[in-house]
Amino acid sequence: MKNLRSTLLIFVVAALGFGALQALIVAEILDDYTLQILCVAGINVLMALSLNLISGFTGQLALGHAGFMAVGAYTTGVLLVHAHWLLFPALVAGGLMTALFGLLIGIPTLRLRGDYLAIVTLGFGEIIRVAINNFDEILRWAFNSPDMVGWTGGPTGLSGIPGYATNIMVNNPAAFLWIYPIVVLSVVLVMNLIRSSHGRALVAIREDEISAQAMGINLFGMKLTSFTISAFLAGLGGALYAPFIGYLSPPGFDFLRSVFFVIIVVLGGMGSITGTVIAGIGLTFLQEFLRTSAKDAGNGLVVLIQQNLFPSTISAGAWSVDLVPLSQVLFGLILILLMIFRPGGLMGTRELPLTRWLTTPWWRKKELLP
Amino acid sequence: MDIVSLFFQQLINGLSKGGIYALIALGYTMVYGIIKLINFAHGDILMVGAYIAYFVFAAWGFTPGSIFVAVLFAVAGSVLLGISIEATCYRPMRSAPRINALITAIGVSIFLENFPRLIPAIGPNYRDLTVPKLFETIHIGEVSIDPLKLLTLVVSLVLMTLLILIVDYSKAGKAMRAVSFDMGASALMGISVNRTVSFTFALGSALAGIGGVLYMLNFPLLDTYMGIMPGLKAFVAAVLGGIGSIPGAILGGLILGIAEALTAGFISSKLMDIVVFGILILILLLKPSGLLGVHRKEKV
Repeated sequence: MKNLRSTLLIFVVAALGFGALQALIVAEILDDYTLQILCVAGINVLMALSLNLISGFTGQLALGHAGFMAVGAYTTGVLLVHAHWLLFPALVAGGLMTALFGLLIGIPTLRLRGDYLAIVTLGFGEIIRVAINNFDEILRWAFNSPDMVGWTGGPTGLSGIPGYATNIMVNNPAAFLWIYPIVVLSVVLVMNLIRSSHGRALVAIREDEISAQAMGINLFGMKLTSFTISAFLAGLGGALYAPFIGYLSPPGFDFLRSVFFVIIVVLGGMGSITGTVIAGIGLTFLQEFLRTSAKDAGNGLVVLIQQNLFPSTISAGAWSVDLVPLSQVLFGLILILLMIFRPGGLMGTRELPLTRWLTTPWWRKKELLP
Repeated sequence: MDIVSLFFQQLINGLSKGGIYALIALGYTMVYGIIKLINFAHGDILMVGAYIAYFVFAAWGFTPGSIFVAVLFAVAGSVLLGISIEATCYRPMRSAPRINALITAIGVSIFLENFPRLIPAIGPNYRDLTVPKLFETIHIGEVSIDPLKLLTLVVSLVLMTLLILIVDYSKAGKAMRAVSFDMGASALMGISVNRTVSFTFALGSALAGIGGVLYMLNFPLLDTYMGIMPGLKAFVAAVLGGIGSIPGAILGGLILGIAEALTAGFISSKLMDIVVFGILILILLLKPSGLLGVHRKEKV
């Protein structure tokens, strides 16, 4: 009953949020650019949510989620471009294909523990990326026919993926109509999964594998379930990404992208869904801010320093600074500092008490405060 | 070129590349053996070593003296870096869960890969260096041998022998083995654990620094992400040989280098990475403790 109530409540809140955002779009307060970042944030939240399920809740660190994202994105992209599928079945196929990959990768690898699993998932992530990049080459070698052409486009990328809207000018609002509900549904799915007996089993595995096994939990089966669902969600994230961005290329799914999802999960708190949502949106906007505004500000500052403090050097050429790596530098620092000073991230394994907050009458709210 | 010549040609290429992998793998395996941490930043230490050598060569050109200075500076820089990373980032993690230490290492790695890009002197662009032909190519039948590759292999083998001697016969090496066997007990025996771990990082980083110089001479294209791939592959080599085992790392590195070169020669150079990570996955599935590793059962 409690779960049903909080599920319904999330749907109500999400619907209200959706309505509010739509109103802002119609009123043209929310411009297309911000909307685009919101879509990216939604996809990042979905990817991080998927990673949190296997790493945060089940305690199995996976470092290859960009690979899963690539599988989902390419499946959907290829189906849309070459097979002319409709959008919805192509999205579902992207998720299911990745779930299949997750199952096949999980069966041999989930017997490994801790560090080894992290490395082997990293290895699979790299293999997927390299395989997509050299798909032609692999087909030619496997079938021994020198002029086979794969569908992935190889290093040149897969371009011309039809968008969410036929008119490219309204692709972002149309994408938002798909991404937002799917992310909300995924959040509810993971939340209810964690609260089910299966979810408790996953958390038990995270806390202590040997004790969990002693309690009769099927370690391998539960890990595999969690891994497959995680792969499905990651594939869905990739599937949503393909028509949103319209162009896929393998270097976009490298190890650094996997690490970006790890950063979101760690910052939000491994084992906290609300933490993942907050950190996912926050870090996406931070990254975008550093990529655009801070870059100009940085350059301005450097030029100012040169003009005022080192005027003699101007003749030798104006100084400039590239602040794009700054976001990566910050992410690295965030990881190190979090692990040293606040290993649980923002939220630890707690959640924002959204349900309690919303269902408590205002005159009793004081009791909720710590 | 007939198949036998191609095989020997690739074998030599592979051995020389494998020597570099083995040098880096030794750092991974020693650090893992002693504090059970996959030091993700190890590949980036190679990058730092390569950059230091690059700047030395760019300033003084290629002479025997400048090569010596480059190696010296690269070793000094990477040792300093390795020790300070351990002291600031990994030491607070020693009692934390291993997954936290691993995430810290990833953080250090991202930091090291991107921070230099902010420095104007290094910047985000590729840097390449024309390495002059230091020696005449040797021809044996159809096989042509670049002495630089031979030198790379010889240098790596000498360094590995040196390392084995240090670990097996010096007092510091004995302390390393003791700490890796049981950290608590060796502290009780009067071994300074912190100093021993620092020493391990110094040794590993020195090897990575020299590895960086060798790597740069063989593949003279530098950017700040250049350490990722050799780092990952060296890690695969360490796992292949049995992580924690020093002869294992050497064997793993050489096998991996040869496997890569043979793939490039007989299938396609584009599929090298798939073969490497395929080997990783196969070894983890068939014999997770590696070729020469010892399997330790977990006790409750």
